[in-house]
Amino acid sequence: MAEVFVSVLIISGIAAALALILVFCESIIQNYGPCKITINGKKELTVEGGKPLLSSLRERKIFLPSACGGRGTCGVCKCKVLSGAGPVLPTETPFLDAKEQKENIRLSCQVKVKNDIAIEIPDALFFIQQYQVTLTAVEDLTYDMKRFRFELTEPAEMEFVAGQYVQITCPSYQQGVEEVDRAYSIASDPKDNHFIDLIVRRVPNGICTVWMFDYLKIGDRVQMTGPYGEFRISNAQTPMIFIAGGSGMAPFVSILHQMKNSGSKRKAEYFFGGNTVRDLCLSEQMAKFEKTLADFKFIPVVSRPAPEDKWNGQTGLVTEAVKRTYTDVSGYEGYLCGSPGMIDASIKVLMELGMAKERIFYDKFA
Amino acid sequence: MPTAGNFSSEIWLAVVTCFAAVFTQNILLSYFLGMCSFVSVSKEVKTAAGLGLAVVVVITATSILNWMAYWWVLVPLGLEFYRFILFIIIIAAFVQLLEMVIDRYSPALYLALGIFLPLITVNCAVLGSVLWMVIRNYSFVVSVGFGLGSGLGWMMAIVAMAGIRQRLDESKIPAGLRGPGITLIIAGIMALAFIGFTGVLQ
Repeated sequence: MAEVFVSVLIISGIAAALALILVFCESIIQNYGPCKITINGKKELTVEGGKPLLSSLRERKIFLPSACGGRGTCGVCKCKVLSGAGPVLPTETPFLDAKEQKENIRLSCQVKVKNDIAIEIPDALFFIQQYQVTLTAVEDLTYDMKRFRFELTEPAEMEFVAGQYVQITCPSYQQGVEEVDRAYSIASDPKDNHFIDLIVRRVPNGICTVWMFDYLKIGDRVQMTGPYGEFRISNAQTPMIFIAGGSGMAPFVSILHQMKNSGSKRKAEYFFGGNTVRDLCLSEQMAKFEKTLADFKFIPVVSRPAPEDKWNGQTGLVTEAVKRTYTDVSGYEGYLCGSPGMIDASIKVLMELGMAKERIFYDKFA
Repeated sequence: MPTAGNFSSEIWLAVVTCFAAVFTQNILLSYFLGMCSFVSVSKEVKTAAGLGLAVVVVITATSILNWMAYWWVLVPLGLEFYRFILFIIIIAAFVQLLEMVIDRYSPALYLALGIFLPLITVNCAVLGSVLWMVIRNYSFVVSVGFGLGSGLGWMMAIVAMAGIRQRLDESKIPAGLRGPGITLIIAGIMALAFIGFTGVLQ
């Protein structure tokens, strides 16, 4: 019996010794000392070397957008690195095209700060803050979509432009689930800046949506960062076509609020696609906007209406409805939000109808 | 401990063992060890060569470390039956350390090998060749030769496979066989070809 214990002890001892050696070597080899990060040539930060650029910046309250939590799977945290990053890593190449590589665009979660480094980020990113928020209301929009209302507690208000998005931190709510950040467009009135509404569609087995639908309770405190993104309506006075599907509804709710607040007279037609009548949502709110806005029309499109629904609106895909409605959209601007497939199809149709590529704006949610 | 004969005959034996490990007893094509990375990382010659190189380095180095750990620690203490656990621990620790050192001191090498190193920790070819080394009672010098040969043999096989698969990219393969299916069939044919080497060395 004693032999068993002694032998187990010996092997554990060897394993512990190896672990100690590793820890010891790591503290020597991976110790890069303090490194300087120069941002846009003016702001300088001194950070502990050896960590990824994304988390080093995060520690100093500069939030680059990132959806996967720094594991190099989403490709959102791109950032221009002027010097000090070393060669492009194999883990980055799938996300960077030739043009980006030439311009020294890198994935900030993969680039480690090993020496002084100079980066360039849009000035807007300096305004991104971390917010503590509390869930105050949940509303069912359809069978698989909900609207979540969060009250900002610390800081108490967020200045954002309609169309922008926030990232919500989904905690490790279950064993085996790592903490991730997920991006959702803001669906609330920019004037009402103590609150953030998010419209979320349940993704079967989606890490964050399962958490929001099944685990998150009213009164829970959550972290979010924002506002991110360049999706917003232009200052032009041209008429607009909005195209959305599913939770792509969110930014347009915010945009319509903003148009109402500013008394905009722009013509806007909003095509919202769903598979069945069950997928349509917020029809009452849209009807209200049709009354209050100068020239707004909401056009729900159902691709497979069931006979018992007695659907008498537009049918088919949203793109087909757009094709039926217009013959020439060269004088319009297009705003799209939805799945990549829907967006690509819409861009194709709008361009066929004569819209210039630079007048099409979109937010793609993969 | 396997005793060493005179030095020059030891070296000769090591060379022969190394040659045998590459050709007649190729760890991949004769014993089918290390199949998972062989199938999944053999799409391109360049990456296959990178992984192969990493395997060569790790098998050779861990052969040395594990030989010492086995004959100097486990055998004197009478704990040979712990060799599986100990070998795995040593391989994992060595790979970790190697990755750290390369990451710090050679960005170029890290680019070539870095992403493959964590894969190798769980490559059974590494554990397999280390176990053979002790089962067959190789002396230290011969163990080094055997480790090097096993690694080179594995690398040769995966690079050859990658070359074949690159050519296959343009050929018409039935849908059900694409990917791992055709790869395993090719591996079988390559293994048959390697039988031709048996008997070259006795």
